[in-house]
Amino acid sequence: MSALHVESLAALSRRLAAREVSAVELARVYLERIERHRALNGYLDVRPEVTLAQAAAADARRARGETGPLLGLPVAHKDIFVTREFASTAASRMLEGYMSPFDATVVERLAGAGMVTLGKLNCDEFAMGSSNENSAYGPVANPWDAAAVPGGSSGGSSAVVAARLAPVATATDTGGSIREPAAFCGVTGIKPTYGRPSRWGMIAFASSLDTAGLMTVSAEDAAWVLSAMCGFDPRDSTSVDRPDEDYTRDLQRPMDGLRIGVPREFFGAGLAAEVERPVRAALETYRALGATLVDISLPSAELGIPVYYVVAPAECSSNLSRFDGVRYGHRAKDPVDLLDMIKRSRAEGFGPEPRRRILVGTYVLSHGYYDAYYIKAQQVRRLIAEEFQRAFTRCDLIAGPVTTTVAFGFGEKAADPVSMYMADLYTIPGSLAGLPSMSLPCGFGEGAHAMRPVGLQLIANHFDEARMLGAAHQYQLATDWHRRVPAGFGAEDA
Amino acid sequence: MPLQPEDVRRIAHLARLAITDEEADRTLAQLNDILGMIDRLQAVDTSGVEPMSHPLGGAQRLREDAVTEHPDREAALRNAPASRDGLYLVPRVIE
Repeated sequence: MSALHVESLAALSRRLAAREVSAVELARVYLERIERHRALNGYLDVRPEVTLAQAAAADARRARGETGPLLGLPVAHKDIFVTREFASTAASRMLEGYMSPFDATVVERLAGAGMVTLGKLNCDEFAMGSSNENSAYGPVANPWDAAAVPGGSSGGSSAVVAARLAPVATATDTGGSIREPAAFCGVTGIKPTYGRPSRWGMIAFASSLDTAGLMTVSAEDAAWVLSAMCGFDPRDSTSVDRPDEDYTRDLQRPMDGLRIGVPREFFGAGLAAEVERPVRAALETYRALGATLVDISLPSAELGIPVYYVVAPAECSSNLSRFDGVRYGHRAKDPVDLLDMIKRSRAEGFGPEPRRRILVGTYVLSHGYYDAYYIKAQQVRRLIAEEFQRAFTRCDLIAGPVTTTVAFGFGEKAADPVSMYMADLYTIPGSLAGLPSMSLPCGFGEGAHAMRPVGLQLIANHFDEARMLGAAHQYQLATDWHRRVPAGFGAEDA
Repeated sequence: MPLQPEDVRRIAHLARLAITDEEADRTLAQLNDILGMIDRLQAVDTSGVEPMSHPLGGAQRLREDAVTEHPDREAALRNAPASRDGLYLVPRVIE
């Protein structure tokens, strides 16, 4: 049992049930790995005494006769979810050392299922970014290639799952913050339907888009954990009132007759050939499995980026107004008056990207510009959402690339916000429409990028996660890209 | 019309963000780039399109008008930069 960290969640779950390993032993395996690979900078807060106490509690629950597929399995949480027992910073100086009086619903639900928290994960500050370079606590390394960014904003989540420093990690996606880092780190990422997981206790960025999700090694692992994570929460006013679901129910469903829409706009001039080739090969795999490929068009999808960069900063400027240096968070020293205290606390506590987005958001919401920018963007948002609905009359799932390129290098886009924003070209349209979507490892780049993973994106209609996970699982039964582990982190690293 | 440095200072004031003249100048070009990219929306015909504020539509759900939370004052104040006697402290507002 020297290489437990490369086993699937299902395998670990069976070992726990058979008492071949205890939750405490499993937690120790991961805590040791986390300590040994601190240079990756994926974790912002690790408290072994807390983790081991939770693991002991899980073992005690099992000893009392309790069962359940997730009882005793470890999980790590993106530092956007607030937790009582670990600091919650959103990777910002603003919230350095903040201890939440409560747990986020997502954290609470997974703990209720018996999962053991390994710690809190690095990300772009307030989940704003596509490379993790915006973290106030330094960027996360991509375990595949030290020169490449891990993606963002959930770069800590994708990197620790790729490096097997956690078997599963929570993440959040506003415009692509799960799917892009999942693609860049070669792991499976899922963003469910907007409103399906609770936003309660998720530090808010853009409330009409923010969606909790997961990074895992496989779609099967994701289906198990997602089933425990999602559900109605009366404390979140946009939570959808539907019964809990078993997302594993379609994992064995054959692909015969499945219609996969391929949007031609996702294969335009901006798409790198080294990304297009593995994505096309994945589509061929689906065809071989019995699916039908359907040519579809999403002509307004390319307007997703301008829409997003009105809506998201507008909501961000509103949400981040709560940070005033009064109730929590950073407070500037020696203020001359209240206004000076608020202005300097915010200027000192927020990093450059949140400050930039607050300024853009304040501008588009300001008097005289609200209709021209904000209302206009919400109208185009509807056009994009309606195009998806028309497409779903002709297909069951949509598939294409996650990103235009493989992971870019550190510093390559940091000075130019607009070029960084383009990283989310293919993921933003689905986010604007609130659709569930995934990223699956489907290959690698070429030449100097031979160690940089490529992701296949699946997009499903609202509440069709089970079918999407089934299609993802069938692809993963036919391929082994998701089983690849970066050198130095696999079975040899025990 | 592109933003001018004084626009950036005005927006920063509205957003309650302290900004130095040097930072305002540095941010100006980035904000104008972003606004230039956003301006593409103006060319789209959206006449008669209902603005979409929620991806699933529908009305805002309201909860029962009943006490459900019991805030723990001590736990909440633990994160306050300055507090006394169960109250948040701020610089003097009224002389």
